[in-house]
Amino acid sequence: MIEEIIAYFQKSGGDYLSLLWGHIYISLISVAVAMVIAIPLGILVYRSKITSMIAERGFGLLRIVPSLAVLIILIPIMGTGVLPSVTALTILAIPPILINTVQAFRNLPPAMLEAANGMGMSPVQSFFKVKLPLAFPLMFAGIRTAAIEVIASATLASYIGAGGLGDLIFTGLSLLRYSLLIIGGGSVALLSLLTGLLLDSIYKRLTRYQRASK
Amino acid sequence: MTAVEFKHISKQFKNSAYPALNDVSVSIEEGEFVTILGSSGCGKTTMIKMINRLYESDSGDIFLFGRNIRDEDPVQLRRRIGYVIQQVGLFPHMTVAANIAIIPKILKWDKARIKDETDRMLRLVQLDPDEFRDRYPAQLSGGQQQRIGLARALISSPRIMLLDEPFGAIDAINREMLQNELKAIHESSKRTYLFVTHDIREALKLGTKVIIMNEGRILQYATPNEIVENPADDFVRNLLSTAELKGGA
Repeated sequence: MIEEIIAYFQKSGGDYLSLLWGHIYISLISVAVAMVIAIPLGILVYRSKITSMIAERGFGLLRIVPSLAVLIILIPIMGTGVLPSVTALTILAIPPILINTVQAFRNLPPAMLEAANGMGMSPVQSFFKVKLPLAFPLMFAGIRTAAIEVIASATLASYIGAGGLGDLIFTGLSLLRYSLLIIGGGSVALLSLLTGLLLDSIYKRLTRYQRASK
Repeated sequence: MTAVEFKHISKQFKNSAYPALNDVSVSIEEGEFVTILGSSGCGKTTMIKMINRLYESDSGDIFLFGRNIRDEDPVQLRRRIGYVIQQVGLFPHMTVAANIAIIPKILKWDKARIKDETDRMLRLVQLDPDEFRDRYPAQLSGGQQQRIGLARALISSPRIMLLDEPFGAIDAINREMLQNELKAIHESSKRTYLFVTHDIREALKLGTKVIIMNEGRILQYATPNEIVENPADDFVRNLLSTAELKGGA
């Protein structure tokens, strides 16, 4: 088994790297598109309880539909390849980012907002200098959740021809080559883990101010 | 000169049975340190939040240094008023220096002036600039945080300071020190201070004049001595007796 794995890397190292890159690429695009949709939407709806609920529930419902089902439903509309995969993964990534954005802005400490207002910040200044930075940690936690879910689910994108590490897993399944299953599955697991660690360290760096050590 | 003048100000909040302010008229001279004393719900906080237009009155007019505040842009108005609140409201993601320099930065002071003034403010509130400039609020005690809150409000040398129970959440020893320092800062600046408190000792100690409020009305506006010697009515008399101050502060 170990020889087979080594042999695979010796023979197809280049293929592996392009599959790995494909996986990262699809995941990155999906999370980025989800951020571009979910963050402004969250900021738009958070002021009212009703609109926040509609947005949260709406995208929450979409998330209940399994990603595989979304992928297959999208085939007749978008065909196969990267576009339907990114669409399905974006739908998966929006709810955690949206919900956390809404919650982050709804729970800003009133004293900070009063201080910002009372000292004479304009609405735009208080948004960029106070609200957004204070909402950031919770928003970032949502992005982290979304990123890890997307990396795991991007495996399914191979199913409709979008490439990525899922290719290795599906090939391994159909040929019953366990070495490919281990390489594919292990890589996805490792990629999720590393992404989690990377985002955690960025989070810690950016929120260092919260900890009371000198 | 008159710093603040209230003319028949009334304010009723939607979810309240009685008005927060009921036809309040008062005139405050420049340079006074006016403490506003009353129990919670008496309208004292409402009164000062109207001056910087965090609340708008239902009727009546407020003049600040002769100008009707209704005619001014609220954001511009607030930049000329120092505002300190009990919860301090320092921004946790900014250093002490950045917190103090918010309004100067918005007003586009040059960098050297911002740095000099920030350090001067830190010294004014008895904190060593070199030690505290680059700290974050999470690294400060409650008393230190409120000192920064004061520095932040004082840096633009506002002609008027509004302080809403600024020492309400601070322990007795630090509160005593802060009171003395604030009094000294006021005396050296001769600006107008409006200081809300529900602590009668604090009100009589700090105020050059004291406003006593109850149920949205001003019961008495006088110097601490006059209040102790000639309480306007039974409410004021009772208030003094609870603090056992009758016969001398």
